[in-house]
Amino acid sequence: MGKYIKFFIVGIFFGIVLVKSEAVSWYRIFEMFKFQSFHMYGIIGTAVGTGVILLLISKQKKIQTTEGTTLRVPLKERGFTRYIIGGTIFGLGWALSGACPGPMYILIGTGAFSIIIVIAAALLGTYVYGLLKDKLPH
Amino acid sequence: MEFILQPWPWYVSGPIIAIIMFLLLYFGKTFGMSSNLRTLCAIGGAGKHAEFFKFDWKSQRWNLVVVLGAILGGFIAHYFLSNPIDMDLSEATVKDLNELGFNNVGQSLLPPELFSWDAVFSLKGILILVIGGFLVGFGTRYAGGCTSGHAITGLSSLQLPSLIAVVGFFLGGLIMIHLIFPILF
Repeated sequence: MGKYIKFFIVGIFFGIVLVKSEAVSWYRIFEMFKFQSFHMYGIIGTAVGTGVILLLISKQKKIQTTEGTTLRVPLKERGFTRYIIGGTIFGLGWALSGACPGPMYILIGTGAFSIIIVIAAALLGTYVYGLLKDKLPH
Repeated sequence: MEFILQPWPWYVSGPIIAIIMFLLLYFGKTFGMSSNLRTLCAIGGAGKHAEFFKFDWKSQRWNLVVVLGAILGGFIAHYFLSNPIDMDLSEATVKDLNELGFNNVGQSLLPPELFSWDAVFSLKGILILVIGGFLVGFGTRYAGGCTSGHAITGLSSLQLPSLIAVVGFFLGGLIMIHLIFPILF
């Protein structure tokens, strides 16, 4: 149990920041894809900018994880097809439902229980991908 | 305290998200929210039907704990750390949404036209939520990650596959909002 508490706390912060920044809002996603506000671009941009710096520092200082391994980001497999097609399918759903997988869970906490339908459908989508995986171009 | 109760600006929120990503890496894990969908499928017995779900899901329990925390975080932020004020959306967005038939834009996190129970129990309403969710779940696994795994973690570590995926995210989003929304609404 104890080893999970840190993940629980990180999750709480994640939920708070995504609500307080309004990144969980359907309206903000619409606004982003309409290029009518800098808000979401600012969030993603500063997150990536800060992330690049943190990862460079940790590489330079050879920071160890709490598990005793070297801190590193697992590399994504090389490829093009799966990323562009999968990404586009994801984007269609993201804009329509206004929620990506993190916000989906967080919205339950805000009392928006109808989001559970979106989560159930996302589980079905994941399941169908699992069934079709070997037949799809990657 | 007043600062916390107000909506947080992007230049505060973005760096905090990066710190969350970094903490998970520091704990020897990764930041990837959509992986939980695969884990939940595996717990539900999907491994009987597809190899993709035959993995040691117990090793992913930490990520489900992140999800539980995130739900609690959403609850805390919404009910204890927020002033009841409208979202500061751009005027153009409000105008465009009004023209599409959305009213009271920005008075809640989600538009009642799509997420109220009245909307959910209409044929069009339920189809929008189900198709939207399905595409997210299917697309994220096909692409091997979502906003957290590709846009934040993948771009932060300068990985080309993640850049391609993020281009895809925007391609899909732009098609939906600019080409499909005018037909739907």
